[in-house]
Amino acid sequence: MKILKQEKIDHSSVGVVETKHYTFAGPGNKFQFENGDALGSITLAYETYGALNGDKSNAILILHALSGDAHAAGVHKGLDDQGWWDDLIGPGKAFDTNRYFIICSNVIGGCKGSTGPSSINPETGKPYALTFPFITVADMVHAQRHLIDHLGIDRLLCVAGGSMGGMQVLQWVSSYPERVKSAIPIATALKHSPQQIAFNEVIRQSIMADPAWREGNYYEHGQPEKGLSVARMIGHITFMSDQSMEEKFSRRLKNDSFSFGLDADFEVEGYLRYRGANFVKRFDANSYLYITKAMDYLDLSGGKLLPPGRDVDTRFLIISFKTDWLYPPYQSQEIVRALKRRHVDATYCELTSTYGHDAFLIEVEEQTTLIKHFLDKTFNGYLVADHHGN
Amino acid sequence: METEETTLDHRIIYSIVENGSRVLDLGCGEGELLYPLVRDKHVRAQGIELDEKAIRECVKKGLSVYHDDIENSLREFPDHSFDYVILNQSMQQVKKVDDVIHEALRIGRKVIVGFPNFAFIRSRLMLFFQGKAPITGSLPYCWFDTPNVRFLSITDFKGFCEGKNIRIVEAHYLGEKEKIRFWPNLLALNAVFVLTNDSCGKI
Repeated sequence: MKILKQEKIDHSSVGVVETKHYTFAGPGNKFQFENGDALGSITLAYETYGALNGDKSNAILILHALSGDAHAAGVHKGLDDQGWWDDLIGPGKAFDTNRYFIICSNVIGGCKGSTGPSSINPETGKPYALTFPFITVADMVHAQRHLIDHLGIDRLLCVAGGSMGGMQVLQWVSSYPERVKSAIPIATALKHSPQQIAFNEVIRQSIMADPAWREGNYYEHGQPEKGLSVARMIGHITFMSDQSMEEKFSRRLKNDSFSFGLDADFEVEGYLRYRGANFVKRFDANSYLYITKAMDYLDLSGGKLLPPGRDVDTRFLIISFKTDWLYPPYQSQEIVRALKRRHVDATYCELTSTYGHDAFLIEVEEQTTLIKHFLDKTFNGYLVADHHGN
Repeated sequence: METEETTLDHRIIYSIVENGSRVLDLGCGEGELLYPLVRDKHVRAQGIELDEKAIRECVKKGLSVYHDDIENSLREFPDHSFDYVILNQSMQQVKKVDDVIHEALRIGRKVIVGFPNFAFIRSRLMLFFQGKAPITGSLPYCWFDTPNVRFLSITDFKGFCEGKNIRIVEAHYLGEKEKIRFWPNLLALNAVFVLTNDSCGKI
């Protein structure tokens, strides 16, 4: 993250933004977790871009992936730290801040300004660590609903996100269908397959195998860096595709010859080590354990996506990517099948991309076309199509 | 390729579909047929299309489309989900025609099928006099790059419906610019049938 005297801002950026915090619940009205626990005083970090219109009908909630945060677009004052979906959020972009009021909320259980395992337990004065309740995706969404209530928004024009963000999107529809006018789940699933759970388990084991993890009580001593960086390295392999790794690294060497030792000989090794080492500086190991567990727990299959016995008028745009083997297109097709059974208005597109799971962050042009027009239609209704002619 | 014939078949299908109905278009392309139906007749439209670029064009028009091939796309829809299931100029590209028509009749109250007539006189002449695989206005492809896998005549299709106890509610026979009234199996380039299985169940 470079510190700049003057932030680099072009006309398509939302400009300088600020992370805000909303605190709710307290001793008398604790936040109820799905596992039965309850906590007072929960804080969610969030950012907003654009302006809410008079009848509050233009609000879009953006939800982030596993290691994401509330900083989805623009830059923070004095920093060159573009948000994680800056290519898609801004004036004239897919989520057009000239037209829509965009909210991006961090998740409960996270470590980026929201209450989670690394937060101080007011009763003990120490970080919660593993005494923090184990969260679910429904808890994340429940907490976000408090934020949306606080912002005075009755019905969101859209809820959108990729990967775990997409899981939250689906949970939003499942928990509060009447508050979601449209949903854009990208590169995601109704439930984790055994393969996805297996990857997450290896990720968790690598953190917990690090003696520095200390059963989660490492806060006075520093992060279990080795375990967490290996965990992230595993993640990065699953985010890319065979093809994108070939294009990015091939078998290129960092130096001209083999070390005939255990140094990082290949560029791909160097890349993974670099990503792993950087990650430990920005993400709490316990949050990583908690959030991966929450993802594994989610299961909206078998009719649980849509509440039974009534019409759901939430519109859907579902996007998957051909080379995404972490959340393969068949999982998006399962969402589609659930919607077909219930006559829900939906569009599904499997985009050609070589980037694997990362595509939802990288493939700007195709996603922009789909999202922009889908939102246009959702916001303005059928008649807008007249402008496009035929 | 926007030819006179496609305009005519679209015009006919447009006139068949009732206002405000629920329509599923199998192989909807860029939404050339669905868009006017949504715009003018306020139908609730859903398309199925395999081509990614065509899907983007549909979304630009505000249409809802599933990225899928026709044969795999129908199973999950409950019975009678739609008033019309349209299979226009796509049936000849489907391998399991039997299954698709059966499923279309299950999920739609009526099925509109439009296809090129292989027994059109010019096809017959080309085959007979030149000894070559026919290329016509409605079958414009060379043998080696045609997307079509099923080649049928109007008579073939009528026989198929009869054999399957499918009732033909309407039949339209299309020439280049207007409808054909006589000897359709000889003179029509395309046909549009409206089917239902109201009267019987066994297929």
